[in-house]
This record gives sequence, C-alpha cells and structure tokens, in this order.
Amino acid sequence: MYAQLVKSEGTKTREEMTPEELAFQERIDRGEKIEPKEWMPEGYRKTLIRQIGQHAHSEIVGQLPEGNWITRAPTLERKAILLAKVQDEAGHGLYLYSAAETLGVSRDELMELLHAGKMKYSSIFNYPTLTWADMGAVGWLVDGAAIMNQVPLQRTSYGPYSRAMIRICKEESFHQRQGYAIMMKMAQGTPAQKRMAQDALNRLWYPALMMFGPSDKDSVHSAQSMAWKIKMNTNDELRQKFVDQTVPQAEYLGLTVPDPNLKWNEEKGGYDFSEPDWSEFYDVLAGNGPCNKDRLGARVKAWEDGAWFREGLMAHAEKAAARRAQAAE
Amino acid sequence: MSKEWPLWEVFIRGQHGLNHRHVGSLHAPDAEMAIMNARDVYTRRNEGVSIWVVPSAQITASSPSDKGPLFEPSNSKVYRHPTFFDIPEEVGHM
Ligand SMILES: [Fe+2]
Ligand SMILES: [Fe+2]
Repeated sequence: MYAQLVKSEGTKTREEMTPEELAFQERIDRGEKIEPKEWMPEGYRKTLIRQIGQHAHSEIVGQLPEGNWITRAPTLERKAILLAKVQDEAGHGLYLYSAAETLGVSRDELMELLHAGKMKYSSIFNYPTLTWADMGAVGWLVDGAAIMNQVPLQRTSYGPYSRAMIRICKEESFHQRQGYAIMMKMAQGTPAQKRMAQDALNRLWYPALMMFGPSDKDSVHSAQSMAWKIKMNTNDELRQKFVDQTVPQAEYLGLTVPDPNLKWNEEKGGYDFSEPDWSEFYDVLAGNGPCNKDRLGARVKAWEDGAWFREGLMAHAEKAAARRAQAAE
Repeated sequence: MSKEWPLWEVFIRGQHGLNHRHVGSLHAPDAEMAIMNARDVYTRRNEGVSIWVVPSAQITASSPSDKGPLFEPSNSKVYRHPTFFDIPEEVGHM
C-alpha cells in the first residue's frame, strides 16, 4: 500500500513475551488504543515509525505526478479541483509526519532518510502521468486503492495513527470521485478521448494492484504487524476487494481491464485475476522505475531550494522573540 | 545545519458554543505562522471558527504510569453519581 513493504520486528509467542510485552499485547487484543509516552515494545515503535513514515512520504511524493498536470488542466474548474486534491495530499503527509513524531523521531530526520534513499514511498508514484486521462485514472485507481487500505487502518492500535487515518479517510472520497468523474467525461467523449482513458487504465492497472504489496505467500512481515494491529488485512485480501470493487466501475465506463484472465468466480464470490509482474515491483522499489530519479530529485531540490526560507523565517522568529523579551524587561 | 521549526499543538473550535479541541500538531517558526499553517492544514473544509496554537514544549502531561493513583480518588466516590441514590417513584422526576 502506501506502506508496501514495511519490515517489522520478529514475532514472539506468548510464552516468549516478557510480562510487559504480554500486558501490552493484551491491551491491543482488548481493542485499547496505545498513546504516545505509554510503554510499548521497541519493535512496535520502530515498525510504526517505518510504516507511518513511509505512508507520509507517499502522500508527499504522491503530489508530484498530479502536480505535473495542474498547469495544463483542461478548464479552470478542473485546475482548481486538482489543486485542492493535491493540497489535501500535502495535508495528509503533514498529519502523518506529526503522528510519527509522537514516537520520538523528528520530521526533518524522516525527510533526510527519504532524501538519502533510506526510506521508501509507494512504488505507484514512480510511474509517469502522460495524459490528462491519467489524472482520472490516478484518482479512481490510486486513491481508490489507498482508501481500501486506509479505511481499516482507522481502527489501528496506535492512537495518533488512527486519528490521522480518520481525518484522511474523510477527505479521500472526494479524491476518488473527482478522478472517476474525469474518467466518465473521457470515456463518454470523442473516440480519441475514450482511447486516452483506456490507455490510462492499461498503464495504471497493474501498478495499482502492486500498491497492496507482495502476495501473502511472500509477505514475510505481516504476522507481527497484524498481531499489533498496525496492519489490519493481508495484502491479498485487500487486493481482491479492490479488484471486485473496481471491475464493475470499469464496465460502467465501457473500458476493458487489461487482463485476459479476469473472470468472475462464483464459488469464491470474487474475480479471478492475473497477478502483477512482481519482478517489476521489486525493481521499482529498488529505484529502477521509470520516474524514481525524477521524483526523489524533485523532493531533494524542493528541500534544498527551500532551506533559505525555512532558515530565514526561523531567524526572524528568534529576533522577534528577543525583541519582545527586551521590551518586557 | 539548519534548525527545525518548533512543534505546535493545534486546538480548533468547531462551531460557536463548543470547546476548542485538540486536532493535531504542526511545525511553524512562530505563533503567527502556526495559525496560518493550522488554517491550511486543519480547516480546509470549514472545520473551525477559531484556532489556538500552543508550543508543544509548553504542554505538561500527566504520566501514563500514574494513571492508576491519579484517577483512583474519583473511582472510589460512587456517591458522586446521581444513580447512587434511590428516590421513590412517587417523588417524580429528580
Ligand atoms: Fe492521501
Ligand atoms: Fe488522496
């Protein structure tokens, strides 16, 4: 997902747990929320920093593929909508960074880890947005997949993370719907527009499926995260749900999901579908996707170009505080 | 090495007549900018009519490990709740 491959610390059986760890696990099992400053296992804290950090980075880097089209939106209204959507994503990043900060890491530290390539963001944002139809497909599929993952995370065990998710979920529905509305417009437009919509779906379908992370059989970190309720569903469960929800939406648009093996399976009450190319997924995560260099480069440039501004405002604030202190003497 | 902007806690009054409620935190160089940032980060959809910001460093919190002893005195005073007293029905609503 937005946090696709979060390495979690080893799983312990109840017998192996210390009394503190056991009491902690029981709190989680009872559905209690864990709050900052309360005792927590070091592994829980570290895994959460990685996961929330990765999620925050995804929101921030995720602004880039859509930001790409703000200056070229087809109408002023569409431009305003896209701008509002991208601004929401900045907000999502900020909610999440501050949730991570309650665990004893600073936002600047997380930024530095991202810029040094030591923390990841979702693989999806390493794909290019080539046409206006991609703005439709991104909202529909990418935000759609994000919603699938974020809705259950509202019940996650860590209080600040859960509250950030609740805020985010309130705003996501707008994102998906504005995307689908673009797709409807394109799919019902001229033949050329419909071709653009189909092309966007063709390019983004498998990368969207990859957002849920590797198949359960290869997902080594799930068990502990699920016990701690920082992961609520397995990758395959969510991917299946996403496919089941999205296929009828594609049909409504009159578009074809680019999967010859896609077939309704009456017995399981869901679609059978082809898995994405996992070697491509690992390759993109390793930094070799079509846009990895551009995306990270843009973030580093923004950070470096903004340094004088951050420092200037801080210097101004310190001077003003000193002046106030002097006046009060 | 640049210095990180300090952290602020943000409180928002959702509607007239309600208390300000903690909604989250953010970084800003000073109080004025903290209010501006809080407007953009926490009230993009009319979520508030008033904003308070407080430097996070100024918040003093009760310690989670004291939860028991800190709140015990109120636990043991059940008579503080109206349902502790049986009032006959004939008396009417009280
Ligand atoms: Fe988001
Ligand atoms: Fe979104």
